[in-house]
Amino acid sequence: MEPIISVRHLRKSFGSHTVLGDVSIDINSREVVVVIGPSGSGKSTFLRCLNLLEQPQGGEIVIEGVNLMDKKTRINEVRTEVGMVFQQFNLFPHKKVIENIMLAPIQVRKWPEEQARHKALELLKKVGLAEKAEVYPASLSGGQAQRVAIARALAMEPKIMLFDEPTSALDPEMVGEVLAVMKDLAREGMTMVVVTHEMGFAREVGDRVLFMEQGAIVEEGPPEALFGNPQHVRTREFLSKVL
Amino acid sequence: MDFNFDIIWGYLPLFLRGTLYTIGFSIASIVLGSILGLGIGFGRMLKNPLWRWPFDVYVNIFRGTPLYVQILIVHFGLVPLFYGSTNALISGVVALSLNSAAYAAEIFRAGIQSVDSGQREAALSLGMTRRQSMRFVVLPQAIKRMVPAFGNEFIVLVKDSSLLALVAAPEIMYWGNTMKGQYMRIWEPYLTAAVIYFILTYSLNKLLAYIERRM
Repeated sequence: MEPIISVRHLRKSFGSHTVLGDVSIDINSREVVVVIGPSGSGKSTFLRCLNLLEQPQGGEIVIEGVNLMDKKTRINEVRTEVGMVFQQFNLFPHKKVIENIMLAPIQVRKWPEEQARHKALELLKKVGLAEKAEVYPASLSGGQAQRVAIARALAMEPKIMLFDEPTSALDPEMVGEVLAVMKDLAREGMTMVVVTHEMGFAREVGDRVLFMEQGAIVEEGPPEALFGNPQHVRTREFLSKVL
Repeated sequence: MDFNFDIIWGYLPLFLRGTLYTIGFSIASIVLGSILGLGIGFGRMLKNPLWRWPFDVYVNIFRGTPLYVQILIVHFGLVPLFYGSTNALISGVVALSLNSAAYAAEIFRAGIQSVDSGQREAALSLGMTRRQSMRFVVLPQAIKRMVPAFGNEFIVLVKDSSLLALVAAPEIMYWGNTMKGQYMRIWEPYLTAAVIYFILTYSLNKLLAYIERRM
């Protein structure tokens, strides 16, 4: 099967500081890949390269057969198929919850307003926040805001979802509600790449876990193997600290 | 000190006409200056230093030289060059607009850059173009933050327009000078002008405070 995401020899540095050394990986359709590793390991940068929020210095990123590094590629078109959820939610504070969700379908997909509203309400119901449609993001709790952010990304009907530490900014009691939405999504067959510190989620939902350190994928494998019998000494050290 | 209210009453119609000109100059310049300033502000945010350079130069020149000098250059230099003869109304609007554009550019730039980069990233990640993310996500938030600074700039403009008396633009200060010349009196003309300016800026302040509360 052709992988939906194919990364080859990805290199990224900020100034003289190398963040990603030489990362290569294939991700299949409907696969849930969880990326773990210490802070500063480059895992967020890796994720942000997948929709070119960070511009890599070298290598190749191919998504659904489209090479992102090709100058002729229209990255905004690729991004319509690749949703992203941020650590800080990044909801648009000047727009109501439902307008947050409707904005991109209307402006980018050119949907009529009614269709966008219908889709937005359906997604709000899915994340359990239908009653919050007409409020502004400022009045939401962190967990609610993140669920709205997920709904906003899903409104574009993407084929891939990227999650950049989606629960790291949440109070502990709100982590569960966000992870529950993500689990639903995984069950429905969404292709997901998730950077997280939630080892429980990685173990339960992940099809494959990548352990990154110092800008490289040190070890990868199914969660049972990686958590149960890590091969690399650095993986073992990291896991002994977080588990 | 004897204070002669009669000569103030006599000049009041002219002062009122001058007030309309002052208001006209200020509004025209804040509008034109803002439009020009928006372009310059975006120019100042260009990544390529070569493209950015002319915009930096513009802002530095207009902020780094006195408005007094700019008015004289526009009135006796630029306007005759392009218009054929001097014209105080054109000079007034052009000089004030060019000057306020430099300040407006900085207000726009600061306002836009004050919006968290995550907002732009979220918009881009949804497939929006850079233009769409600016128009629907960043600018609406930035403009809200720019209102106080623009209000301030507008008040400065009202006061600075008094310098246009220099080129005989018939605004408040022009009639103050005329009155002083006719009666050879100091207090009556200048205090009258000062009071009118104060009423203008004070009401503007109140209006701005109201707008800010409403937002």
